[in-house]
Amino acid sequence: MDWLDTLAKTFLDFDAMWQVFPQLLGVGLVNTLVISLWATVIGIVLGMVVAIMGISKTRWLRIPARVYTDIFRGLPAILTILLIGQGFARFSQQLFGPSPYPLGILALSLIASAYIGEIFRAGIQSVDRGQLEACRALGMSYGSAMRLVVVPQGVRRVLPALVNQFIAIVKDSSLVYFLGLLVSERELFRVGQDAAVLTGNLSPLVMAGLFYLVITVPLTHLVNFFDHRFRTGRRKATPPKSGLDEVEETTAQSQAPSPLTLGSNT
Amino acid sequence: MTSTSPVPVTDGHFYEGSRLELDRVTMAYGDIEVLTEVSITVAPGTTTCIIGPSGSGKSTLLRGVNRLHEPRSGRVMLADDDALTLKPDVLRRRIGLVFQHFNLFPDHTALQNVALALRNVKKMSKKEAERIAAARLDEVGLAERADHRPRDLSGGQQQRVAIARALAMNPEVMLFDEATSALDPELVKGVLNLMAGLAQRGMTMLVVTHEMGFARKVADQVVFMDEGRVVETGTPEQIFDHPQSPRLRRFLSEVL
Repeated sequence: MDWLDTLAKTFLDFDAMWQVFPQLLGVGLVNTLVISLWATVIGIVLGMVVAIMGISKTRWLRIPARVYTDIFRGLPAILTILLIGQGFARFSQQLFGPSPYPLGILALSLIASAYIGEIFRAGIQSVDRGQLEACRALGMSYGSAMRLVVVPQGVRRVLPALVNQFIAIVKDSSLVYFLGLLVSERELFRVGQDAAVLTGNLSPLVMAGLFYLVITVPLTHLVNFFDHRFRTGRRKATPPKSGLDEVEETTAQSQAPSPLTLGSNT
Repeated sequence: MTSTSPVPVTDGHFYEGSRLELDRVTMAYGDIEVLTEVSITVAPGTTTCIIGPSGSGKSTLLRGVNRLHEPRSGRVMLADDDALTLKPDVLRRRIGLVFQHFNLFPDHTALQNVALALRNVKKMSKKEAERIAAARLDEVGLAERADHRPRDLSGGQQQRVAIARALAMNPEVMLFDEATSALDPELVKGVLNLMAGLAQRGMTMLVVTHEMGFARKVADQVVFMDEGRVVETGTPEQIFDHPQSPRLRRFLSEVL
């Protein structure tokens, strides 16, 4: 069983895995999470702007949002990351120093915002029109109505999709290594990759893969678990009550007997 | 009448409705004219019911009054103000609208539904807004349901919350757009009772309804509309007992 042995050595060399574990945990995981969380936060903010522009009645807000979304959804992530990461390196150097980290996060944010914008737009547009009309009929402005009533409902409906987007960002964050990271900036993939090259063995990469799964798999299931709750909100159980009792609720309030039974009120 | 409200609420039991006058109002969706030169005058503190077959433009008319849909031409007067030159948000604060499908905010409690616009539009403090909201909910018989979300209320209760929400803004005119059409039959009466009570207490009301019993008993004036025009206007007795036009006679024979 020589080949089986070889396979096991290549993928499951526990010594090699154990050796890279501290670095994956202390450097790789931290950096992957930092990059992903920043990209998600910025992506959500930009995505909301893109979504609000995208549903605007003004064409001059709608068209740029459309173009933006098409571009960043249409390009391969690696291309966007390289163009942004290398193209703006000089600006970034003046602002943040030599690290490619901020530009990597920015590129991931731009990509994410295109997807998140579409997610938000779909969520907001799925809210019944009557909600906006009810607000407007009360004298609220379009902005207030969206902010206080429509957008929160839309966002809650798409929270599961947002978590999925976070998972996609976690995976895409591995691409930042193309920009050449300092040793302390390496994320999971890069840590595993370096160790794999050094040991001539793929096991460190397998270990890195396990780290990704530890982040993504629970999230996926968390989404399924919370999906219903997110969509509908918390429910308060109430005992069933006969509709026949309801008439009294209003007759008790307005003067008895019920005005309807008084005949004409003139 | 003795007050049932323990809190001395701002004009909780009597309303001061304003006069509403529509003068040759025409409305259209794109190229399709759905209302043609509709004129209706609602005297202060009176109730006018609009009846008519579906597609006659009744709901569109209400949406024209508070300009959710802008009239194409004609004039709308609210008290002494030209409603079509006021800022829409200012106009809407003075006109309450109750929708067929309630349109309550699902993630707000009944109390928050009523309080939201008080805070956002009238810039009241949370405490003040909730005091008024609670009083309005009490007025529609739902004081004990203040903490329930719409999903935990029956259709009739939801509609009453919606009425409380509109009333809380102290409107001069209330518009009802088939307010009971989406309700189970046994829940209709509770809402109609409430509306009749408002009419009795001096609110100016323009009510689109299919409830002929309500129109006959509560309305001071009934307007029959068909195909975007006012066909006949009169007192309930004139409209229901002595209909003049063949269309109204046919309509009444279909619905009564």
